[in-house]
Amino acid sequence: MKSQHIKVVIVVVALAAIAIIVPNTNSFVILLTTRALAFSILVMSLDILLGYTGLPSLGQAAYLGVGAYLTAILATRYQFGLGYDFWLVVVLGILFAAALAAIFGLLAIRATGVYFLMITLALGQCAWGLAYRWNSLTGGDNGINLRARPKFGIDLANEVTFFYLVFFLFAVSLLLMYTLVRSPFGRSLAGIRERELRMKILGYNTWLHKYIAFIIAGGFGGLAGVLWAHTAGIVSPENVVLTTSVDALLMAVLGGAGTLVGGVIGAFIVFGLREYLSTLVPWWQYALGAVYVLTILYLPTGLMGIPERLRQRRAATGNREDVKKMAPVTS
Amino acid sequence: MNTQFWLTQAFNGISYGALLFLVGSGLSLIFGVMRIVNLSHGSYFLLGGYVALSVIWTTGSWLLAIPVAALTIALVGVAMERVFLRPLGFDPLRQVLLTVGFAFLFQQAALDIWTGNNFDINPPDALTKSIVVGGLYLPLYRIFMIGTALVIGVVLWLAMEKTRMGAAVRATVDDAQMARGVGIDTSRISMLIFALGAFLAALGGVIGGAFLGIYPGLDFEMLPIAFAVVIIGGMGSLGGAAIGALVVGLADNFGKALFPEVSYFTLYAPMALILAVKPTGLFGRE
Amino acid sequence: MTITLLRRLGPPLLGGVVALGLTLPSNAAEELRIGYVAPTTGIFAQVGKDMVDGFQSYLDEVNSDFGGAKVKFIVEDEQAKPDTAVTRAKKLILQDKVHMLVGGLLASSGYALAPVSTADKTVYVVPVSAADDLTQRDLAKYPYMVRTGWSSSQPSHPFGQWACDQGYKKIVAIGADYAFGYEVIGGFQRAFEACGGQIIQKIWPPIGTKDFGPYIPTIRQDADAIFTLMVGPMSLQFPKQLAASGNKKPVIGGGTSYDEFVLPSMGDEVIGHVSALQYSAALETPRNEAFVKKYRAKYGKVPSYYSETNYTTAQMIHEVIKNNKGNFPGAEEFVKQVAALKLDTLRGPVTIDEMRNPVQNIYIKKVEKKKMFGYDKEELWNTVIKTYPNVSQFGQFNKDEFLKTPVYSRDFPPCKFCN
Repeated sequence: MKSQHIKVVIVVVALAAIAIIVPNTNSFVILLTTRALAFSILVMSLDILLGYTGLPSLGQAAYLGVGAYLTAILATRYQFGLGYDFWLVVVLGILFAAALAAIFGLLAIRATGVYFLMITLALGQCAWGLAYRWNSLTGGDNGINLRARPKFGIDLANEVTFFYLVFFLFAVSLLLMYTLVRSPFGRSLAGIRERELRMKILGYNTWLHKYIAFIIAGGFGGLAGVLWAHTAGIVSPENVVLTTSVDALLMAVLGGAGTLVGGVIGAFIVFGLREYLSTLVPWWQYALGAVYVLTILYLPTGLMGIPERLRQRRAATGNREDVKKMAPVTS
Repeated sequence: MNTQFWLTQAFNGISYGALLFLVGSGLSLIFGVMRIVNLSHGSYFLLGGYVALSVIWTTGSWLLAIPVAALTIALVGVAMERVFLRPLGFDPLRQVLLTVGFAFLFQQAALDIWTGNNFDINPPDALTKSIVVGGLYLPLYRIFMIGTALVIGVVLWLAMEKTRMGAAVRATVDDAQMARGVGIDTSRISMLIFALGAFLAALGGVIGGAFLGIYPGLDFEMLPIAFAVVIIGGMGSLGGAAIGALVVGLADNFGKALFPEVSYFTLYAPMALILAVKPTGLFGRE
Repeated sequence: MTITLLRRLGPPLLGGVVALGLTLPSNAAEELRIGYVAPTTGIFAQVGKDMVDGFQSYLDEVNSDFGGAKVKFIVEDEQAKPDTAVTRAKKLILQDKVHMLVGGLLASSGYALAPVSTADKTVYVVPVSAADDLTQRDLAKYPYMVRTGWSSSQPSHPFGQWACDQGYKKIVAIGADYAFGYEVIGGFQRAFEACGGQIIQKIWPPIGTKDFGPYIPTIRQDADAIFTLMVGPMSLQFPKQLAASGNKKPVIGGGTSYDEFVLPSMGDEVIGHVSALQYSAALETPRNEAFVKKYRAKYGKVPSYYSETNYTTAQMIHEVIKNNKGNFPGAEEFVKQVAALKLDTLRGPVTIDEMRNPVQNIYIKKVEKKKMFGYDKEELWNTVIKTYPNVSQFGQFNKDEFLKTPVYSRDFPPCKFCN
């Protein structure tokens, strides 16, 4: 329990540090951090599925897309969401994405493991096809341009103000998801991840649990989408493309699946490499690929798992010392 | 829509299916034996095409390019399996992610080595013509693709059904633990199958390259298509891959021709629906 | 004591001297920072490279000296994703403090960068992005934007007239299913039907289609010709598959279907195909010949229009800066002056219309296999067979009536003759 408290303290301190330091850096860093935070919400939503329920999804980008396109369409077609009604758009984004997850979930939840991977991939591609093809609604490949950021007492066009808004919503999401995974519901999800059969025998309706988790993850994906639309000011089918879902998955694994915060760390590293390193050296793609490969090979529990592995190694060497002392020497 | 239309479309669908079989059979085998979903399969396809281009540029021989490209990529597959996948042990999710990581590396490497220009593999002139049968124009290259797929299919089937190695592979697919129990070296089988899968993918890339072109991005474009085949046909089943390829080829072709409005969904919607009903695919084994 | 004092005062004193030195007007040239956004990685990396190489070729010719100003050319990778383009543009503006943004490949990138230019009051010069509405119905939103390339439907308008002149009456159009496709074909349809022609069928293969098997047999047999708009790998495969299906009808198409970016990889099946664009590498002017030879010697390939348009854009920027004696005249003034330019460029004479899009020659070009410019091999070239001078983005149509109609889309102009 104590280590858990320590972890919480560290996270809080880190968040506070970000909140204080970042606004004092230059505008570009603020913009990058804002983007990373918004995308982190998506990665964390994926982690609920991947890390806590054991469902690897390759289609989370679809929910980001729903949130983003909804925001864009409401803003440009109906002039809606640019004032205090922004908060209404946030709620709608979450609901619509959750609704899509409810529909997709009916098709997907029966599958597990790699089959789940495949079906979520297929569904994600359907979402992409829809974004591309439904020209009259989504603007097709031109995308939709959001002309301005909302103003409600505060002007979100100001990068620092917007940063605080995204940070706030990110922190709220993190808190909500943390509460969820530590709740009895969250614990049953972990149980399903470990041994679904046993959970079923114990009388849990595992299908329903997974389905609800899927919907919740979709909802948070929608929130990420609403924020994402406003960070760049443009929404296009590129947001729903397969590589976006793959990105989220890799970030979650890089940071450490099943830790929530791991996904955030993964997101920051990837964004940092992609946006920052790419301006310095041309071989940054190799660096990124190498980071993925090395993490998957040598850090299966991701970066967040490093302290635990160090502890285990220390314990193991300790045991080995004792064993050496005890074992008879044979020749 | 006269008979000519239907016949041409059917022929086109079958020839597309032939190409898909080349792409999907390797993926299906790899999954059947190793339970790995190889997300760098598309990369093997593309790299096969690129290597073939290099061979053609240096030697001028298209015929030589086919085996050289396929074998080179098979070696790459072996290296990847031995050095990177084997140490992970049985961990499907991590293996999948590893193959994705490699897909990105391959993509960047291909760009650096061959540039990003759009290339075309040019088969010998003889194959670029069309024969006319009863008023129907049948491009010889499409016939060639169908022929190749048939030959490969038959050879694979014979190998699987009639040889000891094939029996060992089938045993491993059915029950790896049991197979090990009777003394089959499943580790070697895994390596062999992965190499074979890469070989088939690269072969698909060389043969398909003349038909689809060779360009950056083709790797990730082929990937969902290969999956559609394997999923519809069933993972781990060669016969299933053949049927899946045929079904996808025909459905995609007729879907686009008759209902062009839903062109983007003719591939993925059936895939999602089949998976929803039977998660292991039509002929899959689990 | 004195030593300690000196040591204490030293750094600030030195700093002060340095600062003074920096703020004094120096004899060094003023720096012109140009921020360039192009996809340098990902599937469009080669196009991005051609774009950058084109711009760089011009810089090399003038030694990066624009009328006294030293050009600092900063290239950022947009990966052909609009939101990445926005992030990079912001970096260029906020961090690198560029005087202007140039570039963007796809229509979506153009639509992503244009609002950034408005929000941050920075010049945005568009050499490639051809989305019609950027300089038509959406122009008012982007006061700091000026286009130096083309609009998608610009070459199609005279081309439609040309098609009528050839005696074609019924044409089937088949093009990539996205905005660029709609605009190129839409412009052609408007012009062709205005002079008596009929578009009798429109087929839209999804972007990335490689197997045209489903579509080719559905092409109506009563057509006189086929108009195609293909991009990238589609341009390579479609003519091959069309020829293999036994097609005997003449094939004409949009400029990108046969542009020099894809032409080297094409085979004899495209000989005789006609297309329209504001540039052809086979333009027989001494200026172009020199450019093609130099470019090919340096980069190993014949320049495509991606390279030419960036070369010309650099030339236009140079002209304006030169007229301002090496100084950047501020965003509004710069845009005004670019819009007032009259230049002789690689693609011929270029002026800019009042909606900030170029008015230029449109070349009708036919693919031929021959030797050109003294090269000893027979290769495929886009021979210019007719020139339409002074073509604006509205072509032969009245601007106000044009703008009253909607932008070209899948359903506009409506296919009246498709039954």
